[in-house]
Amino acid sequence: MSAPISARPAGFFRDVQSVAIRALKQLPRDLEFVIPALAVPTFFLIVNIGALQDVANFTSIEIDYKAFQLPVGIVFAVTGISRASALVLDIQDGYFDRLLLTPVSRRALLIGLMVSDFTLVLGLTIPVTALGFAMGVRFPTGPLGVLMFMFMGAAWGVAFTGFPYAIALRTGNPSAVNASFILFFPFAFMTTTFLPLESMTGWLGEVARYNPVTYLLAGLRSLFVGWEAGELVKGMAAILGVAIVSQALAFSALRGRVRQK
Amino acid sequence: MNLIRASALTRRFGDNTAVDSVDISVEPAEIYGFLGPNGAGKSTMVRMLCTLLQPTSGTATIDGLDILKNPGPVRLKIGVALQDASLDPKMTGRELVTTQGRLFGLRPGEIRRRIEELAPLLDMTAFDDLVGTYSGGMRRRLDLAASLVHNPTVLFLDEPTTGLDPPGRLLVWEEIRRLNRELGMTVFLTTQYLDEADELADRVGIIDHGRIVAEGPPSELKRSVGNDVVVIRTNGRRDEVEAALTELDVVDRVDSFDHEIRAVTGNGARALSPIAVALDQAGIAVSELALRTPTLDDVFLEVTGSHLESEEP
Repeated sequence: MSAPISARPAGFFRDVQSVAIRALKQLPRDLEFVIPALAVPTFFLIVNIGALQDVANFTSIEIDYKAFQLPVGIVFAVTGISRASALVLDIQDGYFDRLLLTPVSRRALLIGLMVSDFTLVLGLTIPVTALGFAMGVRFPTGPLGVLMFMFMGAAWGVAFTGFPYAIALRTGNPSAVNASFILFFPFAFMTTTFLPLESMTGWLGEVARYNPVTYLLAGLRSLFVGWEAGELVKGMAAILGVAIVSQALAFSALRGRVRQK
Repeated sequence: MNLIRASALTRRFGDNTAVDSVDISVEPAEIYGFLGPNGAGKSTMVRMLCTLLQPTSGTATIDGLDILKNPGPVRLKIGVALQDASLDPKMTGRELVTTQGRLFGLRPGEIRRRIEELAPLLDMTAFDDLVGTYSGGMRRRLDLAASLVHNPTVLFLDEPTTGLDPPGRLLVWEEIRRLNRELGMTVFLTTQYLDEADELADRVGIIDHGRIVAEGPPSELKRSVGNDVVVIRTNGRRDEVEAALTELDVVDRVDSFDHEIRAVTGNGARALSPIAVALDQAGIAVSELALRTPTLDDVFLEVTGSHLESEEP
């Protein structure tokens, strides 16, 4: 006769794995969530290039405008992509309570979702980068530059996820999570989306100077010039800075949600 | 040793005291029924005992483990099916049970074995379908199976058959009995259904407005009301009815509640005729005269003064 089966803590990494696997399995069932993430950057990439390519000739852009716009496409593809909507449904359906009734590490509940997010946003960078290649964009930094380009994009995507997760966990309200998309606009448009920083004047130029996306875009664009350590470090620092703020908010919201109120 | 023990457990939400200084103790392998109307505090009690909700005051232990000091180890001991089946409609039944097993530290082989063992409870033909396509009964049974995947010592069931059709209820009842009989599992069951508490529970705690108002085995609780009850409904004056019945030797006690008067008697068959005659002689028009054995509703009526208005399935 076999030994009776009994529960035991699974361990932090297995908890993260379990949560991530569940989230990843749900992705093909949430195509309505994935498709816009591809359609929006594709649209903006094509429209921005078509509308502004000639104007860009009068600016100080050192690289081809298609290459200038490709990082914007990446930022549009990955910013705000998270399982926050699914999390808020878990809260509403009671499934989140079911998870809390297990010995799962509470931090793993969020980290597992972020592992899934990283996989997704990394996946989203592939078609956007491929579109760039199809438009004739080339990386002088070689395959490693391509990988760095995709990795930085995905890292930015995950760094940003803290905001929608914080809103999901604080409010438990799907409308509030959907509205969190508004956060995307100042990050994505009050920066060097269309023109380089030197060409931006007035208040917008000043705001762009403090927008971390400016440094992320500069880091990504530097990969079309060569290996420029300074730009990459500033880009990574911008990602890290946003990650620290957004993840602090998200984990604080998680603590509030799982505390036995 | 008591497997579940609560001492002066209290939970307030603002000015509302949902659970008010409740003491309970549940023995190993016992089915304890927590019976009460909607809003009586049953779910709040369960949520405190299973570590989802912090008590305002009081203490509780599960298998000797304090729910506040050792919530993690407590979770390893308990299985919980909450009032609304807490399932993800975008997972399949198999994915849901497997995820549950993984989070409880079970290895893949152990999870497969548990799924085989739980198969009688599950609809295996739909096990690989999305939960969103399940009927209410299938969801309830999957919820129960997911709660059992790690072989808990104590099973908390918060209104497990609410919304189920009669065959679904019977299936869940049978599974609860089997778990208790064959595995010696302790079950803490909340319900608003009198027959459910009567059928399943070894002991019943009746809760009303957050307080336990009666506790004991169902048979003892019912016996405390009397052997038989004659229920009289009349449009006449209640004091006249009471006066007419109190004079009868066959009637032990007369209780009035709203439009209903109950005559408690040692022998209902013998008392029925004299009661009818007495009411007729007093000129009281009777709209209903019924004889029955006491139910848990009579117990509830006796201790609270109102019916347990359960929505019968």
